[in-house]
Amino acid sequence: MAKVTFKEDICKGCQLCTTACPKNIIVMATDRINVKGYHPATVLEMEKCIGCANCALICPDCVITVER
Amino acid sequence: MAIVFEKTKGLTDKETHYCPGCTHGIIHRLVAEVLEELDVLGNAIGVAPVGCSVLAYDYFNVDMHEASHGRAPAVATGIKRAMPNNVVFTYQGDGDLASIGTAEIVHVAHRGEKITTIFVNNAIYGMTGGQMAPTTLIGQKATTCQDGRSKAHSGMPLRVSEMLATIDGAAFVERVSVHNPVEIRKAKKAIKKAFECQIKGEGFSIVEVLSTCPTNWGIAPTESLKWLEANMIPYYPLGNFRTPEEA
Ligand SMILES: Cc1ncc(C[n+]2csc(CCOP(=O)(O)OP(=O)(O)O)c2C)c(N)n1
Ligand code: SF4
Ligand code: SF4
Ligand code: SF4
Repeated sequence: MAKVTFKEDICKGCQLCTTACPKNIIVMATDRINVKGYHPATVLEMEKCIGCANCALICPDCVITVER
Repeated sequence: MAIVFEKTKGLTDKETHYCPGCTHGIIHRLVAEVLEELDVLGNAIGVAPVGCSVLAYDYFNVDMHEASHGRAPAVATGIKRAMPNNVVFTYQGDGDLASIGTAEIVHVAHRGEKITTIFVNNAIYGMTGGQMAPTTLIGQKATTCQDGRSKAHSGMPLRVSEMLATIDGAAFVERVSVHNPVEIRKAKKAIKKAFECQIKGEGFSIVEVLSTCPTNWGIAPTESLKWLEANMIPYYPLGNFRTPEEA
């Protein structure tokens, strides 16, 4: 079991995390914008997350916390 | 569940001014994580450059000093010589280090100063709007070489790590990249070794980190990672050029 948490308001919408996820479960939340004006990154199918932390490693803005 | 990744205490809470997807942010975090793991956050002193990372003093949770353009190694030399028990590092871009600051970086290595340099090579002048740097690749467009850099006009791009590795006082020289998680893990290992080299008093240490500038390259952040891998790594090969054992 694993979980990722995004501090959505500091996400810059760069999508780097989406390139690093081996499970391809990170998407941009096109239904909302954050205080910076970006669609923030989010995970929809959290049950598929393996807690590898690849997304957090590549995020330039320390948006992501990973639990496992 | 236990936390397996959270923001390091080596960074402040301040949000960075870097453009979306700029890998300066990844490199900051790796340096800060290493300082935290080596337990030197209370003892480290960083020197910030002129360039996009000019505000690095707001982001690293350690004592910081600002230097004028290219002069960070000289400022760091003074700090280290006055306070030899502190861990001293510079963080510099390729315009800062490989152009206006070439003399400083060559001679800090030549003197074997026991400092560590984090050299961010994004093949362009970022802060000032995308002018050609000594590291700009042949054919790469910049505002001061709009048809792409040509060898006839500007020479071949400068390979700083290879050059510094010829200098006896440079104890640790390695080039890494941050375009995917595998390379990010390797980059962190190299940064840790560089700081350990300083702490053991073995001489000057430098890690060149290949980095992206999506804004001035004019390509999206995710495409920039691919551009780096396809274009920069063939000319700037990754790997270690010098370790203390052979120095
Ligand atoms: C003495 C001096 N000359 C020129 C400048 C203008 N200047 C500011 S940043 C910069 C280049 C920065 O490029 P780089 O070191 O590659 O860092 P980046 O912004 O790409 O991270 C220049 C030429 C300056 N501030 N001071
Ligand atoms: S921890 Fe790994 S599997 Fe989970 S979202 Fe991040 S990259 Fe994907
Ligand atoms: S890498 Fe970080 S800043 Fe970029 S989209 Fe993902 S969470 Fe947001
Ligand atoms: S201009 Fe380039 S180097 Fe500077 S913050 Fe933006 S992307 Fe990064």
